Amino acid sequence: MNDMLLWLNDPQNWTGTRVTPGIVEQASAHLAYTAIALSIAGVIAFPLGLVLGHTGRASWLVSVANGLRALPTVGLLILLYVMVSPLISGRGNAVYLVPTEIALVLLALPAILANTYAGVRNVSPDVRDAARGMGMTGRQVLFRVELPNALPLVFSGLRSAALQVIATATIAAYVGLGGLGRYVYDGLASRDFGQMAGGAVLVAALALLVDLALSLLQRAAVSRGVSGRFSRRTTRDSRAAAVTVVRPEPPRGGPDGGRPPRQATTPASALTPSGDHPSG
Amino acid sequence: MIRFDAVSKAYPDGTVAVDELSLTAPSGQITVLVGPSGCGKTTSLRMVNRMVEPTSGTITIDDRDVTSVSATDLRRSIGYVIQHAGLFPHRTVVDNVATVPMLTGTGRREARRRAIELMELVGLPASFADRYPAQLSGGQQQRVGVARALASDPPVMLMDEPFSAVDPVVRDQLQQEFLRLQGELGKTILFVTHDIDEAIRLGDRVAVLAVGGRLAQVAAPADLLATPADPFVAEFVGRDRGYRALGFISAEVAATAEPTVTLGSPMARAHDVAVDDWVLVVDDGGLPQGWLHLRAHPDGGPGPAPGDTVTPGLLNLGGTLSPVGGTLREALDAALSSPSGRGVVVDESGQLVGSVRAGTVLAHLHAATADASAQVRP
Repeated sequence: MNDMLLWLNDPQNWTGTRVTPGIVEQASAHLAYTAIALSIAGVIAFPLGLVLGHTGRASWLVSVANGLRALPTVGLLILLYVMVSPLISGRGNAVYLVPTEIALVLLALPAILANTYAGVRNVSPDVRDAARGMGMTGRQVLFRVELPNALPLVFSGLRSAALQVIATATIAAYVGLGGLGRYVYDGLASRDFGQMAGGAVLVAALALLVDLALSLLQRAAVSRGVSGRFSRRTTRDSRAAAVTVVRPEPPRGGPDGGRPPRQATTPASALTPSGDHPSG
Repeated sequence: MIRFDAVSKAYPDGTVAVDELSLTAPSGQITVLVGPSGCGKTTSLRMVNRMVEPTSGTITIDDRDVTSVSATDLRRSIGYVIQHAGLFPHRTVVDNVATVPMLTGTGRREARRRAIELMELVGLPASFADRYPAQLSGGQQQRVGVARALASDPPVMLMDEPFSAVDPVVRDQLQQEFLRLQGELGKTILFVTHDIDEAIRLGDRVAVLAVGGRLAQVAAPADLLATPADPFVAEFVGRDRGYRALGFISAEVAATAEPTVTLGSPMARAHDVAVDDWVLVVDDGGLPQGWLHLRAHPDGGPGPAPGDTVTPGLLNLGGTLSPVGGTLREALDAALSSPSGRGVVVDESGQLVGSVRAGTVLAHLHAATADASAQVRP
């Protein structure tokens, strides 16, 4: 614990030198691996989830994708490295980066796909029926009604994928890339447990920061009508307004915001108008 | 006018939802489809806007086949109201109402202005415009649903159990306002319900469907109650149909003058005018307040002393009011529910006109039915 604090507090560890990158550079690299993986997974899983949810067809694809969650990522990475590396010639990190990103994409896919699919499927059948019945085309139903209502679940999928990918992107260091995983693996190799624990804490902190950013984005993107963020005051006011405003004279009926004020002891309600007005 | 011409709907598994339905819903009127669950009433309704495609037969609206235009264009020209309103949770009330005009290319500003007008038409204050559906009660949501269906001023409206999911008090209000609205707008309405009372109350014509999509009877509500076509209709229309039929006979029963005392008068005055120990108490404005019994307190125990004054606490509450020119059912109900046995008749402003007794109403009914049978004879 002490070692970890010492390591984290050492300014030399934060700023890189020409030979060794510092924490800031490694965190940026870590974020870059994450962003690439999430983007690719999103481009595949998000539209697929929308279409599967909208049509209700081929839902077995979602189950298959969920099966991917069972793959051990490190094992997969090694396997991919062995399979992919002979196919990639050239300089740079590509030979390490491609297997790493494939492994991370496979990790992110199921969460995004399953949540997008569930979000669209969970839109109330009444709402979908009303949208179609008012003359929306299939595309309009999807983008103007189903997607806005599915957004909370879509975001929840994206956030859980982001958490998993950030935590797992440490394996980039295992195949010789950078990222915050560098400190974990290097610390382990050199028995520098302060560095190792410091790296782990940084990964966790980064994950929390990204989750916070995504939650702010979610707040901005999701309609208040869906997320239910109403101030209690305005809701109560609206009901009260209904009582006072929507109240025509007795034979036309009163408010539905609440029952009409009924005072059993006041004589005004001693005789109530007959409720029967059938149409002739 | 909506016309079904030998329309059937059969599903691949062999279930027949609608069987050779031929039916006309006249322009400007409310035609109610009513029947037990599984009678194909909702399927029939949904075939009009092609949410369900018929297996055979044709449906025309004002002599134009519904398949002659695209399904989306057709639906945008027809108002559609469903059971739980189906409001879009992510849109404010005003944007919900403006949905169809926005789809058909009306400018946003114009669509919203029209939406606010419609909200007021269905009894929602303009201050609700920026609320979300989740902030509204069930009855308010259904009002928004009706406003949304009216937004593009469609000549034809389809309503699928629109008032079934709200509590009875609210349903009663919504039904009353729906009739008022229809009186103003005169839409051609096809209305589905499983509730025979609602059908009789709202329909200009009622079509009773039997299980298997067979049309059992189409008739005006009064005729349906008086002469059910077959045992199925008779049973479906129900037990109290004789009493309910009274709701279609207007009561030209002459109210007899009813002596009254005002609140705050001395008991001696009540003793002078009481009939059978009961006296009707009115307020200073002549609005009936309740019945006073000379020798019994409403909470039990002895009646007021002769020296007392008439106070609200002494009144027997309860009893319905019958409007002048109302129906026999209202008159009879007022008489039966009145503690004194004399039903209170009031005018439009609630002022006392007089009272009727159940016996008088029944005598009137007897005369009315005798007249009717005299007319039937050649």
